[in-house]
Amino acid sequence: MSDESKAARRRLAIGTAIQVAGMLPILLLLGVLFQMLSGYVESGGIAGAWAEGRFMSWQNLSIVMQQASINTVLAAGMTVVILTGGIDLSVGSILAASAMVAVIASKLQGLGLLGIPAALVTGAVFGLLNGSLIAFMKLPPFIVTLGSLTAVRGIARLIGNDTTVFNPSLPFAFIGNGTVLGLPWLVVIAIAVIIITWFILRRTVLGVHIYATGGNPDASRLSGIKVWAVILFVYALSGLYAGLGGVMSAARLYAANGLQLGQSYELDAIAAVILGGTSFVGGIGSIWGTLIGALIIAVLGNGLILVGVSDIWQYIIKGLVIIGAVALDRYRIQGSART
Amino acid sequence: MSSTPILEMKGISKSFGANRALKDVSITVRSGEIHALMGENGAGKSTLMKILSGAYQADPGGTILIDGRPVSIDGPLAARALGVSVIYQELTLAPNLTVGENIFLGTEPRRGGLIDRRAMAAASDALLQRLGVGFSATTVVGTLSMAERQMVEIARALNAQSRILVMDEPTTSLSTRETERLFALIRRLRDEGLAIIYISHRMGEIYELADFVSVLRDGTAVGTIDRAELSAETLVRMMVGRDLASFYKKAHSAGRGGVIFSVRGMRDGRRVHDCGLDLHEGEVLGIAGLVGAGRTEFARLIYGADRSLAGEATLDGKPLTIRTPGDAIAAGIVYLTEDRKRLGLFLDMSVRENINLGVIGLDAMRGGRLNFPAAARRAADAITALGIRVVADMINVGALSGGNQQKVLLARLLETKPRVLILDEPTRGVDIGAKSEIYRLIDSLARAKVGVIVISSDLPEVVGICDRVLVMREGRIAGEVGGDGRPIAQEDIIAIATGANQQNAA
Repeated sequence: MSDESKAARRRLAIGTAIQVAGMLPILLLLGVLFQMLSGYVESGGIAGAWAEGRFMSWQNLSIVMQQASINTVLAAGMTVVILTGGIDLSVGSILAASAMVAVIASKLQGLGLLGIPAALVTGAVFGLLNGSLIAFMKLPPFIVTLGSLTAVRGIARLIGNDTTVFNPSLPFAFIGNGTVLGLPWLVVIAIAVIIITWFILRRTVLGVHIYATGGNPDASRLSGIKVWAVILFVYALSGLYAGLGGVMSAARLYAANGLQLGQSYELDAIAAVILGGTSFVGGIGSIWGTLIGALIIAVLGNGLILVGVSDIWQYIIKGLVIIGAVALDRYRIQGSART
Repeated sequence: MSSTPILEMKGISKSFGANRALKDVSITVRSGEIHALMGENGAGKSTLMKILSGAYQADPGGTILIDGRPVSIDGPLAARALGVSVIYQELTLAPNLTVGENIFLGTEPRRGGLIDRRAMAAASDALLQRLGVGFSATTVVGTLSMAERQMVEIARALNAQSRILVMDEPTTSLSTRETERLFALIRRLRDEGLAIIYISHRMGEIYELADFVSVLRDGTAVGTIDRAELSAETLVRMMVGRDLASFYKKAHSAGRGGVIFSVRGMRDGRRVHDCGLDLHEGEVLGIAGLVGAGRTEFARLIYGADRSLAGEATLDGKPLTIRTPGDAIAAGIVYLTEDRKRLGLFLDMSVRENINLGVIGLDAMRGGRLNFPAAARRAADAITALGIRVVADMINVGALSGGNQQKVLLARLLETKPRVLILDEPTRGVDIGAKSEIYRLIDSLARAKVGVIVISSDLPEVVGICDRVLVMREGRIAGEVGGDGRPIAQEDIIAIATGANQQNAA
């Protein structure tokens, strides 16, 4: 291989690394900022702010990761959907319906663990319905999933007769509150979902077809790719992950409520995907970016509470940070393209 | 000629990244002449004109002189101030505004801060009268025909006191009568002392109009000839850089094998009526016809890209059912689209992924896992075999030139080891070097007993590379040229494509 092509390869590798790293600097910056701010609030001075800070403690970071876990799972599905150029607005509602099914099924004597597969199947079935309408009836994903956002929310309420269902002896409560090797189960599940999704996207034929479908649907069809099957798969996967999110929520609360659970979760999931640098028109993006995006959102939520910012201002700051971070990212990409 | 030329561009170069679109190009244009600019796609004509109009900046080193004075054209406004107007193929009018508003767009006459509509209408109508057109300043542009819109563009250029008028393929969407009227106007403007730079692919127009012709090839100026030296042979030699005979390649044996693929009674109820063909082993079969004759539509029906109402196909004598492109590929029939960017390539994906996309399903490991070593090897082999010029196969296809993109797409199709290859405008938007390599590739495929169908609007290409040509007209196969062993003649193809042969017979 010539020196010139080696250099070109190296440039490409660096470019890819920058793209993957994406928002990582912002995540680290936020971490440092909250460590300093929380220390400042504690000690009242700048001198000891870092040492006194509570954000970077192992205990708090573990909480942040737990808070990020459900959104990470939803955002992983959202990433795959957005990579095909679609969107799934119904994940919050599917999460609620699946959580209801999980808790109700967990009350079966001796078969309580069936709540987990029941919730997963519920999620996947709703996802398949979304996918079928989009793939076969050629309806726009935004409209289909906007419809199911509302309809599935109604179904979630119907399942429990519009009440909150409890199970104080939930057989899979360990998922929500237990740990394995010191890591909370919620975090382990989120990491597993990220790795599985990465594997699908980057190591399988299906993954290439997902990127291809998002990058150029017409060319995909002419290349012999079964575009309908890809569409069906991504919405089913998003639904399945939402179902898993339902299990995680139920396990944490020992309960589920069709009306309140998962409200506007789809927005946080979309925000994580955007922060992760995935293109909204499809075909470009990575699951690692989404992971960082989900962590940024969780760090913001946790850090702002730690520093004592009021609930109202948390909303305003979160929104501005999302816009600002993406603007910064665009600026950075343009800058690197020019050189 | 002693007078100072109105425009001199000297030593103009322009690079896009590593790609040098223009190399040291010089051109001289005088007032009162129609100066044609010719060259293949990608030869650098539009780049040169974009530098003149301020859309691009030339690389340092070149100079532009207007009336003998060096000028710097750093944007469209500067060009306009210097009297340069460009009329692009895609017109740049606002269809929702009136003719007058379009003519004065950006230079509206004002009175006390308000737009002076009366002055605008009066000035516009005077201009329109000078051009001899049948609409007025208050007509909304959206209601005008393409030819009339062109007149508005010209009026806008005249209003800006332009002395150098660049016209880029102005007759593409005009009828014969409209073209004649446009030519009359162009000659009048020349006689009034404007310098006109006329870009066109059509030899006929060049013969009719041009006082001088400059030819660009691969970003360099080949030369300028005047009207007296003008001939088809000279122009082709200048544009192609060699004689026609060595450019095309038809070395495979003309004697054909048996029929491998045939289609009967294919129709879609709209653009394709009862079409069929027989393709022999190792044959290059052309499909010619005017734009809109249904050639692409017919090919897409064969390939399963669109749903056909009726029609059957046989491969090696066995009936085939093709409902989707996937079915066709599985049977060994592949189709190269005429629109590679929109319907063919994945511009955000790497060269390697694009080459492998059609076959990754075939050599995947258990569980649909990608076989990276196989993909890398395949891409490397294809890059060597087809002479694709890339520094690394992980580069996005979108960054390549048209010729290299086309080769990547061809490589993807060839990886499926097709028996039948349908190529729709295989050399459109491809530079001259890649063109001749693609001809060589087609020839070697025919020698390897692949059946190749070439759909093309480029008649010299059809004549140069095909063994036999089917001509389509209005959705039907209207005739065949070259099947009887006689040489293929362009005139015969045109006669069938336009229906002239029927009029003669009647």
